[in-house]
Amino acid sequence: MNRFSYLRASSVSEAVAAVAGDPAARFIAGGTNLVDLMKYDVEKPGRLVDITRLPLNAIEETADGGLKIGALVPNSDLAYDQRVRRDYPLLSSAILAGASAQLRNAATTGGNLLQRTRCYYFYDVATPCNKREPGSGCSAIGGATRIHAILGASDSCIATHPSDMCVALAALEAVVHVQGPKGDRTIPIADFHRLPGDTPETDNTLEHGEMVTAVELPAPRFGAHHTYLKLRDRLSYAFALVSIAAAVELDGDVIGEVRVALGGVAHKPWRDADAEGALKGALPSSSAFADFADRLLSGAKGQGENDFKVELAKRAIVRALGQAAAGTPQVQSVKQVN
Amino acid sequence: MAQAQAAATSVTLTVNGESKTLDVAPWETLLDVLRERLHLTGAKKGCDQGQCGACTVLVDGRRVNSCLQLAVMRDGCEITTIEGLGEPASLHAMQAAFVKHDAFQCGYCTPGQICSAVGMIREGHAETAEEIRELMSGNLCRCGAYTNIVEAIEEVLAERNAPKLEAAE
Ligand SMILES: Cc1cc2nc3c(=O)[nH]c(=O)nc-3n(C[C@H](O)[C@H](O)[C@H](O)COP(=O)(O)OP(=O)(O)OC[C@H]3O[C@@H](n4cnc5c(N)ncnc54)[C@H](O)[C@@H]3O)c2cc1C
Ligand code: SF4
Ligand code: FES
Ligand code: FES
Repeated sequence: MNRFSYLRASSVSEAVAAVAGDPAARFIAGGTNLVDLMKYDVEKPGRLVDITRLPLNAIEETADGGLKIGALVPNSDLAYDQRVRRDYPLLSSAILAGASAQLRNAATTGGNLLQRTRCYYFYDVATPCNKREPGSGCSAIGGATRIHAILGASDSCIATHPSDMCVALAALEAVVHVQGPKGDRTIPIADFHRLPGDTPETDNTLEHGEMVTAVELPAPRFGAHHTYLKLRDRLSYAFALVSIAAAVELDGDVIGEVRVALGGVAHKPWRDADAEGALKGALPSSSAFADFADRLLSGAKGQGENDFKVELAKRAIVRALGQAAAGTPQVQSVKQVN
Repeated sequence: MAQAQAAATSVTLTVNGESKTLDVAPWETLLDVLRERLHLTGAKKGCDQGQCGACTVLVDGRRVNSCLQLAVMRDGCEITTIEGLGEPASLHAMQAAFVKHDAFQCGYCTPGQICSAVGMIREGHAETAEEIRELMSGNLCRCGAYTNIVEAIEEVLAERNAPKLEAAE
């Protein structure tokens, strides 16, 4: 690890000012991603601003029937919160599908949003990587691409965002609350992460020094009609090859509102509002779901080694929508997929 | 008041019930401080990257990977390592169950497995063998002692639940 100075912030504004005023400073929360990356010399902050003592660890009900989750709420506390389990079981399930119990105890809501890609070359400082070192090239293109993107990639970067939690937040249309040197703002989750384009060094739309203070969930809907289906190389404690957060409203026999977000396939959780709209009014059936999957994946392109992910994603979508429509969500400790 | 330091800073950790005040550099991990400075070598460094669970300890009663914790950030916390759970003459129920069920071979992962299992039982979300396997997946065992590890934990869980069941009758 490089040498750095340490500041334990005692207020949000102090933390924001300390990071905003120093390009080499970083916030640190659970540390489960940042400390890991520092050990590889991928991140070499000059100063760490410890935000863990700030009062941002509550889950509060909002005036419009939703929940506001403090940025420091640990992933495990969020997943097991009674209100989250009852009203947002999709979010609870997605979090429990990620990492391990120990990591979820340390990882925070804000840190999870801002975790960086697991691209092998991003981690290996001996190889070129545009995300780590802009302009150096992308070693993944033409290389080992099993965990890489099939949607929204660019000639500069084909990395994926690895979070499970964020895939559920995308389906639930969460809003991220931010405090920065220029004041407060809110960012819809769909606009929080970005596609790599020719600036893959930028993962999201936060400015340096802006701090996530909370994530807000709109009032609950979908009831039991949801699922988080995660497919990976081992049955637990592994990142997604493909994951699906699905939520369906049934209007009598036919499909009403549908939300499907994909993880493991792009630089951000992937949604397609047009495809979702087209499914409205259809009778739930494997063929309707397959048509939807074709449409959602219509722009998909494999990188060679990960070509299989296109078909895998389509089949996973059909399964996930089937589970959501039937109200039989995947249970994360059960490894069989129905 | 905020404090900024580039070099060593004084932290106080309560380790296995004993208060320890020591100077740590900001980049020292909790695992390194426990092992190298406090000579508590029970917690193991398997991967140093959060990928194996061998370094699992309890911080304020919650299981975490000590290799990814900066010691300076845990100032004021209570840390329990395998050494603090029990001793050869007075084993913790989980340690005794691991011995009884032969839940290890080389033993390298065992301190992490036991701390993790104790943390998991406190969390209270594991009842079935399936749930134990899922919630213990953060602890790898290269020797593949998983079957016996799950049996050991099931036994401790059953003992803990037994009085509850009787009380309910
Ligand atoms: C072995 C392993 C397996 C994993 N498996 C999974 C998995 O399967 N699925 C999954 O989703 N995740 C997985 N993770 C990742 C884990 O979820 C993240 O490491 C964690 O969520 C990051 O949260 P943190 O609080 O520890 O962040 P930190 O490491 O503290 O910070 C991460 C980044 O966020 C910034 N940051 C933190 N908080 C804020 C804030 N409030 N405002 C602005 N910036 C902030 C930091 O500056 C840093 O850049 C895994 C991690 C490991 C080590
Ligand atoms: S895919 Fe992105 S993160 Fe991976 S090597 Fe290429 S530029 Fe770097
Ligand atoms: S040494 Fe900490 S998880 Fe492997
Ligand atoms: S007993 Fe050898 S690694 Fe688990």
